[in-house]
Amino acid sequence: MKFLPAGHNGLLVECESLAQVRQLYATLLRQRPAELIEIVPAARSLLLVGGGLDRLRRDLPDMPLQNGPEAGASLVEIPVTYDGEDLEEVADLTGQTPSDIIALHSSTEFCVAFCGFAPGFAYLSGLPESLRVPRRQTPRTRVETGSVALAGEFSGIYPRSSPGGWQIIGHTTLQVWDSTRDPPSLLVPGTRVRFNGHSS
Amino acid sequence: MISVIKAGPLTIVQDCGRPGYAHLGVPHSGAADLPALLRANRLVGNPDHAAGLEITLLGPQLRFNRDARIALTGALMPASLDGKPCPHDQALRVQSGQRLKLGAAQTGVRGYLAIAGGIDVPAVLGSRATDILSGLGPAPLRDGDHLTIGELNEADARPKPATTIDAQPKLRILPGPRTDWFVPGALDTLCRHPYTVTPASNRIGVRLGGPPLLRIVESELPSEGLVLGAIQVPSDGKPLVFLADHPTTGGYPVIAVVVPEDISKVAQARPGSQLRFVL
Repeated sequence: MKFLPAGHNGLLVECESLAQVRQLYATLLRQRPAELIEIVPAARSLLLVGGGLDRLRRDLPDMPLQNGPEAGASLVEIPVTYDGEDLEEVADLTGQTPSDIIALHSSTEFCVAFCGFAPGFAYLSGLPESLRVPRRQTPRTRVETGSVALAGEFSGIYPRSSPGGWQIIGHTTLQVWDSTRDPPSLLVPGTRVRFNGHSS
Repeated sequence: MISVIKAGPLTIVQDCGRPGYAHLGVPHSGAADLPALLRANRLVGNPDHAAGLEITLLGPQLRFNRDARIALTGALMPASLDGKPCPHDQALRVQSGQRLKLGAAQTGVRGYLAIAGGIDVPAVLGSRATDILSGLGPAPLRDGDHLTIGELNEADARPKPATTIDAQPKLRILPGPRTDWFVPGALDTLCRHPYTVTPASNRIGVRLGGPPLLRIVESELPSEGLVLGAIQVPSDGKPLVFLADHPTTGGYPVIAVVVPEDISKVAQARPGSQLRFVL
């Protein structure tokens, strides 16, 4: 783990792997120092913003890390129709059939690694190697709300209509983000996710 | 109740923002020049977290449908009440029926209007701030809108000092987190030359023109958390300073971070003006 300064009250903890990020995140949530305002996990790092950073920097290397799921990590089942505009292309890119893609995606248990890009946009880790595809060469100016997509090592769901470059394999009507709801996001770091789907 | 006769190009409700949700991809948001809004709130006796208006470059015309106490701070916009000029940086009494007209900012970019009682719109995740990146919060003001003002809730605090708007502000920076992604002379380049604010700037971030900052590490940076004031450098080498509506994560390296005390100066820097960074 490497510690890098991020302004007067930020500490960026660079981690060796996503697994280490998740362990660190789970650990900090359990023993959350009161002065921390933000704990922002990402693919290979955790950003801490707030007070008490000097002490954390000193204590983190030796802190016993939480293993296993984050405390209270729930399972969210996402109903999905696998009718995505890029399903055929993903099948071609990976040398499989659309049915193979659907079977593989809907039998995987994902985990929310982190959120970013937009409120409620969760990067889901656990994607099998054979489903890993690059982003689209030309991003779309508009991706529909609820689009279920793939890019690199992650799957994701667009919480609202926006531009986007991920490969769309399906759609869900489940509202993963609702700013008036408590909690606003169904998907927070640590949440386990399964897709319950069928082809159109 | 206030009627919006003319909204102006970008007049939005702002307060202290919505901290604590960055892990869900929610920007902090809040007034781009927060000290200016806080000063306006204190001048009218509002608590710090009361919502006011952030007015960008050209002001609105508002009709007050009841008596009110207001204050104008931040960028200097000529202001008049029923045609009579009114001063900046002090509490003003407005009478029911009076029309407030705000002109074009003479210096700076963002003016702030606080009204005793605060602007009463529904809060989203605990804040009334308009976030132009994520779309959370109320929509920008439009002609014909009506604003509700909250009940008076007098707070007891001395006003914060007014900030002067510098023609060529100096911005103090703290190196990191990714200074080592750049060539050894990059920080030096950043601090030796003035950088120009380009028109492609807004409350998400200020894009700068000037000598490019060259990278030593060519690989892609996995997206990582961002802080307010981060100086991010995309592939073209031209720095971008993040403001209130900055995204929660970013995939380009951050060479340094502007100290919080100098964020106002970035928020008030007009396109075409120059900034100087200082270690």
